[in-house]
Amino acid sequence: MSTVKIADANPGRKLFSTKFATSVVWIITVFWTVPTFGLFASSFRNKQDIFLSGWWNIFVAPNLTLGNYRAVLFGSSSSTLSDGVLPYLMNSIVITIPAVIFPVMIATMAAYCLAWVKFKGSDALFFFIFALQVVPIQMSLVPLLQLFTGGAHIGGVTIIPKLGIAGEFAGIWLPHTMFALPLAIYLLHNFIASLPRDLMEAAHVDGANHFKVFRQIVIPLSIPAIAAFAIFQFLWVWNDLLVALTFASGTEEVAPINVKLASLVGQWGSGWETLTAGAFVTIAIPLLVFFSLQRFFVRGLLAGSVK
Amino acid sequence: MNSFFSTNLPKFGQVIIAIAGFFAVLLLIFYIAGKANGRKQRPIAIITLLGPAMVLLFAGLIIPAIQTILFSFKDANSVKFIGFRNYAWLFNNADMRKVFFNTMLWIVITPFATTALGLFLAIMLDRMKRESLAKSLLFMPMAISFVGASVIWKFVYDYAVPSKPQTGLLSTIVRSLGFAPSNWILTQPLNTFLLMIIFIWVQTGFAMVILSAAIKAVPADIVEASALDGAFGWRLFRWITFPMVRSTFIVVLATMLVTSLKLFDIVRTMTGGNFGTSVISNEMYSEVFVRFDTGRGSALAVILFVFVTPILVYNIRNLRRERTIA
Repeated sequence: MSTVKIADANPGRKLFSTKFATSVVWIITVFWTVPTFGLFASSFRNKQDIFLSGWWNIFVAPNLTLGNYRAVLFGSSSSTLSDGVLPYLMNSIVITIPAVIFPVMIATMAAYCLAWVKFKGSDALFFFIFALQVVPIQMSLVPLLQLFTGGAHIGGVTIIPKLGIAGEFAGIWLPHTMFALPLAIYLLHNFIASLPRDLMEAAHVDGANHFKVFRQIVIPLSIPAIAAFAIFQFLWVWNDLLVALTFASGTEEVAPINVKLASLVGQWGSGWETLTAGAFVTIAIPLLVFFSLQRFFVRGLLAGSVK
Repeated sequence: MNSFFSTNLPKFGQVIIAIAGFFAVLLLIFYIAGKANGRKQRPIAIITLLGPAMVLLFAGLIIPAIQTILFSFKDANSVKFIGFRNYAWLFNNADMRKVFFNTMLWIVITPFATTALGLFLAIMLDRMKRESLAKSLLFMPMAISFVGASVIWKFVYDYAVPSKPQTGLLSTIVRSLGFAPSNWILTQPLNTFLLMIIFIWVQTGFAMVILSAAIKAVPADIVEASALDGAFGWRLFRWITFPMVRSTFIVVLATMLVTSLKLFDIVRTMTGGNFGTSVISNEMYSEVFVRFDTGRGSALAVILFVFVTPILVYNIRNLRRERTIA
């Protein structure tokens, strides 16, 4: 490991530029990719093949079928999944879109206010919101669920009537919005605070109020940061299990596909063939988003962690 | 198929109404608040812009957190105060002690393993040919949910009784090495470590990407100057590169610590907390939603919170220092 050949092109720039380092990286990369590939390969094999031999046999005896996907998406009487996961996939989309848009908008407004409409205590407030980031959401689950199902009362006086949104989509959008705000405000504040001061002042001199500045300057210029956070939040909501388990009932009406997949794993005797295809249907959309928008996503992560 | 559309189209109707309503209300408030002028203008702008976030933070995080602390001192149905009895029960119960021990293992092992492996990869990858391809593949599990990752690894850890063919990758490898595979997920304490591998598999790419950016930010002339002074390989890393990325390393480590502490999905999906693998956050869920004991569940949530407070304090001190430098 300590033998280093300096590459001619950039002397001394590289720490370990041996062939050894490259092969280590590729061995690890292959090791990292094989489990996913194994499941992917299995999802195209029929029940008997999955049961009788490992997925690596597709290289010697390819006997591929789309049957698992057909059964998982549209349901089949022979599998453990009679109705198919398509409704759950729709639920995931229905849950995710507002659960991304709401916190992004509300956080952008708050971040602009904390960065540019300073007031006494605005810095302290920003610190406080920043600190909320690490508070486990487990601290909120029970009281929030009670608020949704029973409202809020102090000594028999109803402060907030029962919202009646438990088990509805609104009852999942709202917690996701709330839980996303600390990180969203922090990330967007970092970005918005670095916008050029001259631009803001010029707009105010021209008679624009804060709302006009917000709509016509802050939002358009913050699109990179907004996109980065939106992707982050998209993956968070799509891949979440705890919030969905708590606030959505497990039914076809509202439960997202990740909850359905988790319940399939736990189901006694649920077949591998259903699980393999079900898992790929679940992770297909986030993987697609990830690979097509990876650059924005990475930028967002870096803004949050390196600053 | 017809019934599919008739049940699912209204859902999308809800989405459109919710989003349209949300923006309509925002624009309306902006319009009304924008009419204000003179001395009222600033306070009204502050309330309008910051108000929604503050209301949601208070209703969704701050007030519930206080309520949870109160619940942790009450009985199962949050009717009467019972002092520290929930905590006493948690700390005196053998099963719970195992849960705490497992959580300690998780937060000691996984953050270090993930961050160290991420740093190792970031260094090895630096300026390699096809760096971005390797990075993408290593980073890919980040897009997969812990549930999806658990299914992927359940397949790797699959075990069949010796008379049946082994189809799990791990069992097959172990057998080809001449050992007898065991029922991995049921084998204690090995199973907890097998679950940790799933976490490490998902999160290492995150650590790598961030540390890789930090390594690339180390000024080239510093590295070149030290190379001229004879610092290569390990020495260069030990005395130049690592000190310059140390703060990023700690940030990643802290992030991993919080994530591993709150870990729920992997344990829930792989074992449901059985076979000696449960962790605090899984027990919290089971107490509240399976055994319907809000008191004990809340006490577990509070314990999670106590665990993160050092990180919380550290983060704030860091941010304040940055602010004073800037």
